[in-house]
Amino acid sequence: MSANTALAEKYRNNFLKEIEEQVEMGDWVKMCMQCGVCSGSCPTNFQSAWEHPPQELFMMIRAGKREEVLTTTSMWNCTSCYNCIVRCPRKLPITHIMHGIAEYAHRIGKAPKMQATRFFSGLFWKNATRTGRVNELKLSMGLYFKDGLGAGIKEGMKMKDVALGLMKAKRLNPFELFGGHKCKDQKGIQAMLKKAYEIERSRKAAKMAG
Amino acid sequence: MADIKVAAYICKGCGLGERLDTDALVKIAQKDGKVPLAKSHDFLCNADGVAMIRNDIASEGVTHIMIGACSRRAKTEAFYFPENAVARANLREGVIWIRPDTEEARETTQDMAEDYIRMGCAEVKAMTAPGGNTNTGTSKTLLVVGGGVTGMTTAIEASKTGYPVVLVEKTGELGGWAGKLYKRTPVHEPFKSPADTGVADLVSQVQADSNIKVYLNATVARTDGAPGRFVVDIATESGATHTEDIGAIVQATGFTLYDMNKLPELGGGKSPNVIDQAGLEALAKAAAAGDGVIRRPSDNQPVKSVVFVQCAGQRDPSGTHLSYCSGYCCNASIKQAMYFKDANPDVDTTIIYTDLRTPGNGEDFYRSAQEKGVIFTKGRVAEVVPNGNTSTVKFHDLILDDPDAAEADVDLVVLATGQVANSGINIDALTKPQVEGQEGEPAAAGTVEVKPISILNLTYRQGPDVPQLKQGFTDSHFICFPYETRRTGIYTAGPVRRPMDIAQAREDATGAALKAIQALENAELGRAAHPRSGDLSFPKVRLEGCTQCKRCTVECPFGAIDEDEKRFPVFNESRCRRCGTCMGACPVRVISFENYSVNTVGAQIKAVDIPDEFSEKPRILILACENDAYPALDMAGMSRNEYSAFVRIIPIRCLGSVNTIWITDALNAGYDGVMMMGCKSGDEYQCHFVKGSELGRVRLSKIDDTLKTLNLEKERVRDLEVAITDIERVPDMINKYAAELVAVGPSPFKGF
Repeated sequence: MSANTALAEKYRNNFLKEIEEQVEMGDWVKMCMQCGVCSGSCPTNFQSAWEHPPQELFMMIRAGKREEVLTTTSMWNCTSCYNCIVRCPRKLPITHIMHGIAEYAHRIGKAPKMQATRFFSGLFWKNATRTGRVNELKLSMGLYFKDGLGAGIKEGMKMKDVALGLMKAKRLNPFELFGGHKCKDQKGIQAMLKKAYEIERSRKAAKMAG
Repeated sequence: MADIKVAAYICKGCGLGERLDTDALVKIAQKDGKVPLAKSHDFLCNADGVAMIRNDIASEGVTHIMIGACSRRAKTEAFYFPENAVARANLREGVIWIRPDTEEARETTQDMAEDYIRMGCAEVKAMTAPGGNTNTGTSKTLLVVGGGVTGMTTAIEASKTGYPVVLVEKTGELGGWAGKLYKRTPVHEPFKSPADTGVADLVSQVQADSNIKVYLNATVARTDGAPGRFVVDIATESGATHTEDIGAIVQATGFTLYDMNKLPELGGGKSPNVIDQAGLEALAKAAAAGDGVIRRPSDNQPVKSVVFVQCAGQRDPSGTHLSYCSGYCCNASIKQAMYFKDANPDVDTTIIYTDLRTPGNGEDFYRSAQEKGVIFTKGRVAEVVPNGNTSTVKFHDLILDDPDAAEADVDLVVLATGQVANSGINIDALTKPQVEGQEGEPAAAGTVEVKPISILNLTYRQGPDVPQLKQGFTDSHFICFPYETRRTGIYTAGPVRRPMDIAQAREDATGAALKAIQALENAELGRAAHPRSGDLSFPKVRLEGCTQCKRCTVECPFGAIDEDEKRFPVFNESRCRRCGTCMGACPVRVISFENYSVNTVGAQIKAVDIPDEFSEKPRILILACENDAYPALDMAGMSRNEYSAFVRIIPIRCLGSVNTIWITDALNAGYDGVMMMGCKSGDEYQCHFVKGSELGRVRLSKIDDTLKTLNLEKERVRDLEVAITDIERVPDMINKYAAELVAVGPSPFKGF
């Protein structure tokens, strides 16, 4: 049984309870009074960029719309500007809740696979943890080729002038494509990360089982 | 009016001396005003000036005083001469403060001041000093109708102030609606949980108070008389009738919940598991007496899920159900949801609302309910479908815009149905012609309307109960005099006046008790109650001239005038508010007040000097309501908002007191235009006499005929709504109208 079905089984009709227990800051969701100030304040929510703005997500959680909430791209659009937190009359930590729901959806495998933010987050993490240093050239190339070779070349050509300018100003080294720079103690970094994964994994497993 | 001696006093203070030629004003008073004694003073309202007037009263035998100084609304304490007739010419707010201090304006400003002196002198001669109504009663007892929270609070508060109380309750016990509650919404910090109702405490206070006489199982069979001398028959269950002498009445008859059987689409009456808020209170009380578990009525199983439907039959735009919000039900449903959550957090409680309205400190209470896990869903309930022991609540989710949202397997559905006032018979409906039946319109099938029963059984000509608003709540001047009904000395408090909760009802009760005490004290002294509080004048009628047309008895907004067997009007002075509507209505002009009559205003209109048509000095008469328009004009002066020097303003008690003869007289005398300034009328009236401005406007709507017979343009008379806040607007209205009249041209009646 997957993590998702196990949890869905565990909470059955009570998605709100699931969010409260599993999502970081999820216990705040019930305090929303549906005023809509968060949705109105969100700078990325113009032109219906969010399928479901925060206020609506909270309502969907209460209405038990588990599948829709966990698979939506909405909360992945959050850029952590904190405008909603500042303005919320009920003092809900909305930004944190958005990230909390996104993380939970990702954790149980419900997050939309090719959503750009989610994809980039994964890419960044892999890139940075491999050598302990971010390889910017590989990172941006990885993002360009997210949707296939053709789209990647098209995107790269579009950015060509920027890349050449950066190279001229010695801000971009094309040889980074081959290996690139690393931090000194590779082994130490990997050991640290391993331990951190271990701690997190056991904590979340306990939560999901508990 | 054998020997009257008139004196005129012109003040030179506040810049009047510099801006006006006061010596000329004194001469005008002597020559045009024909006043034997005319004086000016540097500072009339100081001790020396007032002493001068007092000395003239004592040694010169002055009976009538004309003061040319500030507005009649200013310095009322300095210029207080209760034994004398007093008129005031408004030279400060009405002349120098609204005119520019320039050489060109000097002549027209002086003209204005001279006219006000002429008007003041003419007015005061037509007046007599009011002597006060002598037809008074001395009863100090307060009658409280209704033994709920409002009634008991009124009784306790009045008793504390030292007034005896008679309390009439139709059921067998005190407590009313609140007595049926399990708990109430909290009114103290931290506003987190339902609190004790406090009814038991109120009941014991009432029972322990020897000043309060309680009649249980009793009704008011007959109310006769007037404030200070009401005679009330109280019918008790045994059939015995007790008669009490009463000074003033507080009606605290409360409300009934809107009948949920009228809401079959919401399951009302279709299942025992669909109940109203009263039904849930009964279940909660029963649970508290037992094991604390609220059970569903159909099979006595513990309730595991409950849905509260807000605005059930309320805020209905279609006109089928209640049009208004009752204001208390959101807090009540939150409280009731807590009955479940406090006992067992695993019970699912959902409140479906369109707008959650939590007055008072309800916001904290709302937050507390969210913390306790009550689910709030913004939606509009379309249907409640009972099915066996459970129900399905279908609703339109307004946040997710999902028209097919539903809560299934709900054990209990609670409908928040709202308050309907127990206000007795709608006397306005009584007088309406019953045409519907004659046209053969079929009566609504299957519904049996319970005919309302009169609460007060007044012997008044206008009907047995106090007038109602269109929603059925008792009529009151909502902004200025919330407790006053349109029957002097009878006050309403609590949910019979407007929907409200316990906290508001108690505040209301206290206010109404104090107002009722004021009314009976004023009545004993023969003075008016609000809004002309303390006024000693009252309508006098010259019955020889009366044609028994009944306009005064029909139009009186306060039901003060009855009719005798010969259909002559019988004035009950203690019930009168002194608005003068009867005087305005009277076609033969036989009704007058000592200091306000067709003559006092008519004389002022005629006293104004009308320059000929070539002088380019038009004259505009303004009849301004003294409650709103006149203060607005005064305040325009205080803010130095200038307006035309061609207007002559006469304060009137109410637009309702305007007799059309004044307008005819003014137009005949050569005025170029007449502006009527009164309060807003209609459903959202602001008239201090409730119906006065409306009745006045109905009368004025017929002025076009008069204009036609005089062969005058209809622009010559203008009816305007002015509120007390129109300080900027009113000068603007005057100037625009003055400009408009220039286009119309001078009146053809000048110089006749």
